[in-house]
Amino acid sequence: MDIALQINGTTEHLDVSPGVTLLDALRERLGITGPKKGCDRGQCGACTVHIGGRTALSCLTLAATVRQPITTVEGLSTHDQLHPVQRAFADQDALQCGFCTPGQIMSAVAATAQGIDDPDEVREFMSGNLCRCSAYPNIVAAVRSAGSEERRTDATV
Amino acid sequence: MRPFELTVPATVDEAVAGGHTFLAGGTTLVDLMKLDVVAPQRVADITALPFHGISTEDGLRIGALERMSDVAAHPGVPAAVTRALLLSASQQLRNMATIGGNLMQRTRCGYFRDITMPCNKRRPGSGCAALEGNNRMHAVLGTSRHCVATHASDLAVALVALDAELRITGPDGGRTVPLTDFYRTPGERPDIENDLGSGDLVTEIVIPYPELAANSTYVKIRDRQSYEFALCSVAAALDVRDGVVAEARIAAGGVGTIPWRLPGVEAALRGEPATEAAFTAAAEIATHGTTPLAHNGFKVPLLKRTLVRALLELTGGDER
Ligand SMILES: Cc1cc2nc3c(=O)[nH]c(=O)nc-3n(C[C@H](O)[C@H](O)[C@H](O)COP(=O)(O)OP(=O)(O)OC[C@H]3O[C@@H](n4cnc5c(N)ncnc54)[C@H](O)[C@@H]3O)c2cc1C
Ligand code: SF4
Ligand code: FES
Ligand code: FES
Repeated sequence: MDIALQINGTTEHLDVSPGVTLLDALRERLGITGPKKGCDRGQCGACTVHIGGRTALSCLTLAATVRQPITTVEGLSTHDQLHPVQRAFADQDALQCGFCTPGQIMSAVAATAQGIDDPDEVREFMSGNLCRCSAYPNIVAAVRSAGSEERRTDATV
Repeated sequence: MRPFELTVPATVDEAVAGGHTFLAGGTTLVDLMKLDVVAPQRVADITALPFHGISTEDGLRIGALERMSDVAAHPGVPAAVTRALLLSASQQLRNMATIGGNLMQRTRCGYFRDITMPCNKRRPGSGCAALEGNNRMHAVLGTSRHCVATHASDLAVALVALDAELRITGPDGGRTVPLTDFYRTPGERPDIENDLGSGDLVTEIVIPYPELAANSTYVKIRDRQSYEFALCSVAAALDVRDGVVAEARIAAGGVGTIPWRLPGVEAALRGEPATEAAFTAAAEIATHGTTPLAHNGFKVPLLKRTLVRALLELTGGDER
């Protein structure tokens, strides 16, 4: 089937069979490899993207059913400027191998946008993103520091 | 995944006419299609149909296509439902999954999900690998010698406790079914799980008397603190007047082959003082008729304790 996907501000036209997931369309057809294939079963969160501004698992989403704009980790930064959440992950050393990181960051962007800061609430919100390297303490720190950075910026404009 | 045809019906008539398998959020269906547990030839994406919106006029009405996260965020939704939703899955999955799809999700029995294993629910007559296998997660209520799988939905437990009804539309028109009559215990036919026929769509979920749910909660016990299915859960609503239980609604999850309403416990609570002693006595009734397997006997005492904890939470007595 012919489909059009709006990805990171660009419209992409593709011919896919109905069973192709958004994750495979992004990675295999469009070369957008930020979203990772961890489990391919909706269990690990490595494939997390935003659809219509909300987090979703691209491995359980059929590409042909997506009607809203998609943002992947590639779409977060502007020119050379990292997104505050990306900056915080680097500053807080919130990754080891990095495989889970794009998914963690997409969830963390949603967490900070919702103003989630309490450590228990951050852990609960991020529980759908597994990290094999167990970088969890630094991930929680990164989410909190990015959130407070964003709130500071909001207050000064 | 097997090849299939995908359509996006624009009208309800189109959707119910075609002999389609319905796709909503896809978090159960796409998963099971990848595992070859189901292999539909015609799939209809129903997300363009008009089953949206949450209304508090004339009971609480929730469109079947509303996402779990949106329902949980709505101020008119009772605490038991909100908690059941927020303790389910992960935030990503709750953004994707619809409440209609949630009620129709399939069991998480590992043998059901593994096509190399015998399973009467997946392949009628092939046997049940869980009976003599790893059955720690399986049911202690409503089982048969053909299937012992639990129904995995948290939301369904809360809705069964609160007397929710389903509006269903299909090739033969519309009907309303109380959720307590909707699910079927496995008996001889574990493959038949509920009252829906071919082409039937769940369009709306109605909680007729939301005031009963004003003092309600959902307690979920699991192997880890987040992002896990229930070992045992309890949804409860209590109306306590002058220290005496006037009305109670209780259902349990993680223990039954269907979301398990506990009318015997409700009856035992009515007219009793709202005390831990009375709650503990009533909770004993919940275990009547339980049939533990080799690895899940712990669920029987766990059910009692979860029930008492939920009732104490509703009467402010949970901080002992
Ligand atoms: C990793 C993981 C963890 C999870 N944890 C939990 C948990 O802790 N608690 C919990 O309750 N759930 C949990 N779930 C299950 C999840 O909640 C369900 O998969 C989800 O609610 C299904 O909704 P959906 O819209 O995605 O349904 P779909 O996958 O689109 O559909 C599911 C089934 O329902 C049918 N269907 C869908 N909508 C309708 C309708 N309106 N009328 C008739 N039939 C319909 C479909 O044909 C299909 O058979 C988990 C799932 C995953 C993958
Ligand atoms: S318990 Fe039910 S679902 Fe699990 S293997 Fe047995 S028949 Fe299949
Ligand atoms: S790859 Fe999608 S959740 Fe693991
Ligand atoms: S950093 Fe290695 S999996 Fe998370």
